[in-house]
Amino acid sequence: MSLLAVEHLDARHGLLHAVRDVSFALEEGEILALVGANGAGKTTLLRSISGAHKPSGGRVLFDGADVTAVRANERVRRGIALVPEGRRLFSSMTVEENLLVAGRTKRPGRWNYETVLDAFPLLRLHAKQRSGDLSGGQQQATAIGRALMTNPRVLLLDEVSLGLSPVAVNMVYECLQAVIASGATIVLVEQDLSRALRIATRVACMLEGRIVLEGKASDMTREQVTEAYFGLRRSDASGAAS
Amino acid sequence: MWLDQVLQGVLLGGYYALIACGLSFMFGILRIVNLAHGSIAVLSAYLVWVVAEQLKISPFLALIAVLPVMAAAGWLLQRTVLERSLRSGALTPLLSTFGLAVVIDNVLFQRFGADTRSLAPDIGDLAFNSWDVPGGGSVGQLALITFGVAVALLVGLQLFLNRTPLGRAIRATSEDPDTAELVGIDSRNVYAAASAIALVTVAIAGTFLAMRATFDPYTGPTQLIFAFEAVVIGGTGSLWGTLIGGIVLGVAQNLGSQINGQGFLIAGHAVFFVVLAARFLMAGRSPRTLLRALRGASA
Amino acid sequence: MTDAKALAVTRWTRVSITAVAALGGLLLVLAFGPAFLGADLTDRLTTLFIYVILAAMWNALAGYGGLVSIGQQAFFGLGAYAAIRLSNAGVEVYLALVLAPLIVGLLSLPLSSFALRLRGGEFAIGMWVFAELAHLLVNLDTLIQGETGTSLIAISGFAPDARRAFNYWLALAVMTVVVAAVFFLLRSRTGAAIQAIRDNEEAAASVGVRVMATKRLIFVLAAVGCAAAGALQLATLITFQPKTYFSVQWTAYMIFMTLVGGLGTFEGPILGAIIFFAVETLFGSSGVWYLIGLGGSALLFSLFLPRGIWGALSSRFGIQLMPVGYRLASPSRARKPGSAG
Repeated sequence: MSLLAVEHLDARHGLLHAVRDVSFALEEGEILALVGANGAGKTTLLRSISGAHKPSGGRVLFDGADVTAVRANERVRRGIALVPEGRRLFSSMTVEENLLVAGRTKRPGRWNYETVLDAFPLLRLHAKQRSGDLSGGQQQATAIGRALMTNPRVLLLDEVSLGLSPVAVNMVYECLQAVIASGATIVLVEQDLSRALRIATRVACMLEGRIVLEGKASDMTREQVTEAYFGLRRSDASGAAS
Repeated sequence: MWLDQVLQGVLLGGYYALIACGLSFMFGILRIVNLAHGSIAVLSAYLVWVVAEQLKISPFLALIAVLPVMAAAGWLLQRTVLERSLRSGALTPLLSTFGLAVVIDNVLFQRFGADTRSLAPDIGDLAFNSWDVPGGGSVGQLALITFGVAVALLVGLQLFLNRTPLGRAIRATSEDPDTAELVGIDSRNVYAAASAIALVTVAIAGTFLAMRATFDPYTGPTQLIFAFEAVVIGGTGSLWGTLIGGIVLGVAQNLGSQINGQGFLIAGHAVFFVVLAARFLMAGRSPRTLLRALRGASA
Repeated sequence: MTDAKALAVTRWTRVSITAVAALGGLLLVLAFGPAFLGADLTDRLTTLFIYVILAAMWNALAGYGGLVSIGQQAFFGLGAYAAIRLSNAGVEVYLALVLAPLIVGLLSLPLSSFALRLRGGEFAIGMWVFAELAHLLVNLDTLIQGETGTSLIAISGFAPDARRAFNYWLALAVMTVVVAAVFFLLRSRTGAAIQAIRDNEEAAASVGVRVMATKRLIFVLAAVGCAAAGALQLATLITFQPKTYFSVQWTAYMIFMTLVGGLGTFEGPILGAIIFFAVETLFGSSGVWYLIGLGGSALLFSLFLPRGIWGALSSRFGIQLMPVGYRLASPSRARKPGSAG
C-alpha cells in the first residue's frame, strides 16, 4: 500500500481548471520530482494534497486513509507537511519562534528543535533574528526546518529554489541532503530540471493540469522530460489524446 | 489642585487601560472591533454582583468564579458569531457585534431594571481609603490597585504572547492563518482561545468598573467609547500604547472637568480627535525624518 | 455561440418600466395624501418617509461606500439643531427646515477629509465619538438649556392641520429627492464606481475609480439626508431634546432597516423601512422586548441572511425592480439579470 496516493484529482481556481484528472502513488522513501512550466498546476496539486486547497473532484489517500475532507492542520498531525511556495514564514517572528510554533504539533520522530538546528547550522546562527530580515536562502532553510519540526512522513516542497541565487540554491539542496539521508518521502516541485533529476527517484511532468510523463528517474533521459515539459510530444500515461 | 487632577487622571488611566486591553487584544489578534465590548464588561459586572450578593462573598472572589464563565463565553462568541461574521465580509462583524450589544444591554435591563448598582458597598473601606501625597493630593487605594492590575495584565499578556506555545500560536495565526494551518495549528481553536482571553480581561475590567463607580444596563456604550479612545490615542497595535492612551485620556478628562461641568467628556473626545489629526499630519513622516529636517543640512 | 452583435446591453426591462411607472403613480397618489387620509395616517406616513430617508442614507454609506457608521445620529441631531438655530435667528420656519440640512452638509465636507482616513471599525466608532461630541457641544448652547431642550416655537404658529400637511409634503418631497439622488447616482458613471468600490476597493482604484472622491460624495449625501430626517423629525415632534436626537438608537434603527431590507441594494432600504415601520407600530410599546428583537434581528440577519430579504429574493428570482443595473439581453436567450443594483 502506498504512503501517499492521489486518485483522479481535479482542482479549480474559480473557472480555471488547474489540475485535471491527476493520479499517482508514492511509496515510502521515494522522492518524486514534479516538474512543469509555470501554470501547469504543480502548486495547486501540492496545496490540494496538504489541505490548503479544496479539490473539486477525486481523492487524496494517505497511509490508506481518505484524507480528502480532512482539514490541513489535521493532515499535519497525521504526517503531511508542506513547505509552501514563497516560504510564507511568520516574518514578524524569529527563526526560533517559527520552528517552535510548528513543534507544537508534537508528532513523534527524530526532528525537534535541537536536531533541526544540528542539520541546519546556519539556523542556529540566526535563531534569535526576526525571520523577515533574513536572506532568501536563510528563509528557505527556516521554512524547511519549520516543516521538519512536525516530523512529517511526507514532505512536500514547492519551488524551494525560487528567487534564490545559485549559491543559496546550493546551500538549500545541501540542507535537503540531510533530510533525504534520513529516509524521508518527498514530493519536490522544481523548475530546475537537472537538479530535480539528480536527487529524485521518480519524475512526473505536468502540462496544463495533467501528468504527461511519469516514471523512474533512472529510466528517463533529460530529452524526454524536456519534451514533455514543453508539450513537444505527449506521452500521456493513459494514452488519451487531448 | 492641578497636580492632583493630573495624578487622578493618571490613576483613571489605569482603569481605561484595563477596559481597553481586551478591545486592543481582540483587534490586534482577530482584526475585529467588538462593538459589544462595553456591554460585555457591564454584563460581567452584573454577573459578579449577582454572585457576590447571592453567596455573600467579596467581589474579588466572585470575580474568580465568573472568569471561567466569561472565558467560555469568549470561546462561544468567536465560534458562533465572530467566525461566521468574518466569512461574510470585513464589515459584518461590526453589524453583528452591534446587534449583540443592543441585545445584551436590553436583556440586562429586562432582568435587572434601570436601577444603578455598584460593587463599592461590597468592598468596604477599599472604596474610599486613600493615602495622602505630599503636595496636597491623594491616591485612592482602589485606584492604585486598579492601575496595578492593569499593568500586571498588560505585562502578563505580553509574556503570554511571547513566551508560551499558545501565545506563539496566536501570533502566528494572527499573522497568517492559512500558513498556520499548514504547520499544524488549528486556527479556529486558536482564535477562540484568543477571544476567551480577551473576554477574561473584559470581565476583570467590568468588575473594577463596578467597584469604582455605579453601573446600569446602558453603561456599556460609554465604556466602549472610552476603551476605543484609549486604544486609538495610544496607537493601535501596541499593548503598552494602550496604557499610555488610557493615561492621556484620563488626564485630559480630569483637566477638562476643571473647566466646565461637561468638560470631562468633551476634553476626552477633543484629545481623541487632536491625536488623530496629529497622526494624519504625521503620516509618512517618521520622527527620524522630522528630526533630520529640523537639524537641516548638518544631518 | 451567440452572435455577439445580437447581444444588447439594456438598462430597462419590462419589469423595471412597470415598476417605475407604478412608483410614479404611487407618488402622485401620495401627494394628495392629506386630502383623503385621516390626521393619524398622515402623521404615520410622515414618520415612514423619515424612516425611508434614514434607511436609504445608511445603505448608501455602508452598502455602496463600504462605510459602517455608528454615528449618523450626529447629523440627525445637528439637522434638528441647525433648524432650531435658524428659526430662532428669524428664518421662516419651513425655509429653516430646508436650509438646515444643507448647512450640515457643508459642515460634513471638512469632516469627511478627516473621517474618511479612518478605516473599518475605527471609522465606525470614530463617527460615534463625533456624535457624542456634537451632542455635548450642542448641550453647551444656552438656547438649548442642556438636556431640557427647547422647541421649534415658530412652527406652532401654524394650525395643526396645516402643519401636518406641510410636514407630510416636505417629508414626501425630501424622501423623493433623496431616493432619486441615490437612483441617479447609481445610474451615473459614479454609480458604476460605487458598485466597483463595494465589490473590491483595491481593484476599483487600480482601474482608475476615484475612490476617495466617490466616498466623500456618499458621505456628504448621507450627512445631508440624515440631517434632513432630523429636521423633519423636529417638525413633527416640535420639541428638541438633545438626548433623543443624538441617541445611538437611531443608528440601531438604520442598521435594522438596511440589514433586514437588503444592504447594498436599491430597493432593500425601502423594504426595510416599511418592515421597521410595521414592527414599530405593532411592537413599539412592548418596551425592552421590542429593542431586544431589533438587536437580535440585526444579529441574526448579519449572520445568516447578510443580503437581507430583498437581496436574497433578488438573487434567487433575479428580480430587480429599479433599472440601476445593466442587463445583457439577447434574442436567443431568456433575460438574465446583470450586476446587482
